[in-house]
Amino acid sequence: MTEPLLQIKSLNKSFGALKATDDVSLTLYPREIHALIGPNGAGKSTLIKQVAGGLQPNSGEIWFDGRDVTGLSTVARARAGLGRTFQISSLAMEYTVLQNAVLGALGHSGAVWRFFNPVMGNAPLRNAAIAALERVGLVEHAAKRTADLSHGQRRLLEVAVALTLQPRVFLMDEPMAGLGASGSKRLTGFLDGLRSEAPILLVEHDMDAVFALADRISVLVYGKIIATGTAEEIRSNPAVREAYLGEEDAA
Amino acid sequence: MSRATLINTALFLMLPITALVALALDEPFIITLATKVAILALAGVGLNIALGLGGLVSLGHAAFFGIGGYAMGILAHHAQTFTPLMEAPFLLEGTKFMPVIWVVAVIAGALAALAIGALSLRTSGVYFIMITLAFGQMLYYFAISWPAYGGEDGLSIYVRNGFPGLNTLDPIQFFVLCFVILALVLFCTGRLAAAPFGLALSAARQNAERVETVGLSPYRLRLLAFVISGAVTALAGALFADLNRFVSPTMLSWHMSGEIMIFVILGGVGRLFGPVAGAALFILLEHVLGGLSDFWHVYLGLLLLLVVLFARGGMIGLAAGREVAHD
Amino acid sequence: MSTLLLIEQVLNGLQFGVMLFLMAAGLTLIFGVMGLINLAHGSLYMVGAFAAAAVAGATGSFVLALIASLIAAAAAGAIIELVVIRRLYDRDHLDQVLATFALILIFSEGTRWVFGSFPLFLDIPDALAGPVLLPGGIQYPAYRLLIIAIGLLVAFGLFQLIARTRIGIQIRAGESDREMIAALGVDISKLYTLVFALGAALAGLAGALVGAIQSVQVGMGEPVLILAFVVIVIGGIGSIKGALVGALLVGLTDTLGGVLLPGFFGTFMETSAATAVGSSLASMSIYILMAGVLLFKPTGLYGSA
Repeated sequence: MTEPLLQIKSLNKSFGALKATDDVSLTLYPREIHALIGPNGAGKSTLIKQVAGGLQPNSGEIWFDGRDVTGLSTVARARAGLGRTFQISSLAMEYTVLQNAVLGALGHSGAVWRFFNPVMGNAPLRNAAIAALERVGLVEHAAKRTADLSHGQRRLLEVAVALTLQPRVFLMDEPMAGLGASGSKRLTGFLDGLRSEAPILLVEHDMDAVFALADRISVLVYGKIIATGTAEEIRSNPAVREAYLGEEDAA
Repeated sequence: MSRATLINTALFLMLPITALVALALDEPFIITLATKVAILALAGVGLNIALGLGGLVSLGHAAFFGIGGYAMGILAHHAQTFTPLMEAPFLLEGTKFMPVIWVVAVIAGALAALAIGALSLRTSGVYFIMITLAFGQMLYYFAISWPAYGGEDGLSIYVRNGFPGLNTLDPIQFFVLCFVILALVLFCTGRLAAAPFGLALSAARQNAERVETVGLSPYRLRLLAFVISGAVTALAGALFADLNRFVSPTMLSWHMSGEIMIFVILGGVGRLFGPVAGAALFILLEHVLGGLSDFWHVYLGLLLLLVVLFARGGMIGLAAGREVAHD
Repeated sequence: MSTLLLIEQVLNGLQFGVMLFLMAAGLTLIFGVMGLINLAHGSLYMVGAFAAAAVAGATGSFVLALIASLIAAAAAGAIIELVVIRRLYDRDHLDQVLATFALILIFSEGTRWVFGSFPLFLDIPDALAGPVLLPGGIQYPAYRLLIIAIGLLVAFGLFQLIARTRIGIQIRAGESDREMIAALGVDISKLYTLVFALGAALAGLAGALVGAIQSVQVGMGEPVLILAFVVIVIGGIGSIKGALVGALLVGLTDTLGGVLLPGFFGTFMETSAATAVGSSLASMSIYILMAGVLLFKPTGLYGSA
């Protein structure tokens, strides 16, 4: 079997008495979508944050592409090829949609220390940005101010910016939220194709999308992974049904 | 042409027109005032790179203004007393040659901004404000207590420094020199704001997390912005000292920092021409209100309070309506 | 340097430190509870000093003068809180800086308008004018000892207020969660006015106490304000304990630096150069202290992130 591209090794993070991440280990292989599900407050976003670099774990390691990145900053991890989207959209709100995408392309090119020629007139950056917007279906909104986008559109823009980074791994925190049924379906189709470019660690509440997409699913409850397996295995796992899916059925 | 562009053009032309009219009417004092506006506007343009583009509320920019002033004062002082700046390890003479003075001022301002910025930018928000203020004050007290260059009394220069081909003592010639520098810096700042660096810097102001996520370091972007900002403000300081033929610790005082910030705010934060409008208004108020009352700072304070509480886009914002800055 | 002189300088440093604490405590409380940076805090210090000088001039009573400084500064604080400051709580720091800078201009020029440009003098009461003999044969001015005592007393009182009273609980709650305290049914705008007036009163008291040693003049609050900022940066924003530790550190560093550094350089340089280098470095010493703290703890000694 191939080596995992991303490997989380016994990660722990506490906030006071609360164990937000409790001995979590997890792998992500090339061409795979690994979904992370769990009830609200299970620590999914906290885990993503530790992988992306915004939060230092108390113990444990994060390995990416054969090297330990636990000590690296968010910036260094992004440059190494971790492409992240946020649960709560984190964009430059005064900028246009296109400017946000160009910012991503600029980050990928690394050629930020240029002081004279207009960035929006830079053809390679602009083309990369527009291509990414096209792929998520936002290109007709390119000139809109980001603050004027709907929540769903902002999620798509998050995905588009991540695309401009051409990352080796995607970390996506609830990209479907606020999209509506048809939007979710479209994005599901898109992510399905995206896995051939780079594997995705996907946090998602939309169970239809998760079961349609995920090669493997890990279930996080109270900071602990209680099960990892294929959609079938997870569906039939009694512990998961009790801790998580049962609640969903009741709701 | 948008309304903001029209206003910017009008503002920009207002200075040379004022100077030319004053020349025709033989009012050298007015030309000197216009020169003062151009120089103070330049200081504001410098601060605006940190404040408007980078969102860095520096209350210590008088440090760079004063460093520029002292760069001029020290070099010219040694030149006029025919004493070398230092003899070991190599001989360094003073100079009365403006271009050299400017280069020294810019480098000194940039280095000071690098040192202050590297420390202050480890923090943010209200810490950053207090720390820049404190470092500015440190240089102020240093200038007062360091006796070699006049201490509290400052340094006087007998004759304004020279520029090849110009008689800098002629008010209109010195005005043109300062105005051309302002125009060049405005042009470059405009380019900077639209360049890759400007896009990333401005994004870091709006959302630092986003910038990190695309693999760019907000700290480095901000530090460079702070260095450029300090360098431009130091250049303005060198010109200001040359205008007055005098430099003293007053240029380093925190009131100066506050005033430079007022130029930016009165005009409108983040607007390229904001500091020009702000400095012009400030000098106008100083002379109109200052003529009416010795206590004109009360009115200035009230005006500033009104602008902050009720007109957040500054004058250009009021005049141009609800347009976005940086177009 | 003799030990006696050194002890005297340490006492001077303590006296300076507790004065800075009176300023910094108000600033840090106001920042901690309301999230506001108040540049006009130095103006309240000045208001206290002028009120004390005016009342002392009219009545000849130093006690009345101190009371007047507290009342005048608290009243001025409450008024600016009601008229200006409360509009700034939801604004960004830039707006707060500018608006409170505007207040400084108004206060300074307004005071000059009313009292003129010449400094006023506030005399130390006769009973406290002389020196006291301390154990070990140290002669030290009684008035400065009184300042140290008042400062430490206020510090003690503040700690008690925050730790034990109802208002203290509200203040601590307000620091951590504004919505929660509103939900508790506390009238938050009254609490804010109260905290602001309390901070102002402390600044006014400091102004009056120092006014008797130095002169009472326009702009006297600004150098102190900036030092108080240094204190807060060192101690950590929002922490009263940090303000106390920071204030004493800054007070001692500044006083001892001014005395010791020229002597230190004098051991290996000629006297005039040593004085120049020493006093220049001394003027920078507290900022160097601040830079050092920043390098190792960017949020200050007692600050949270």
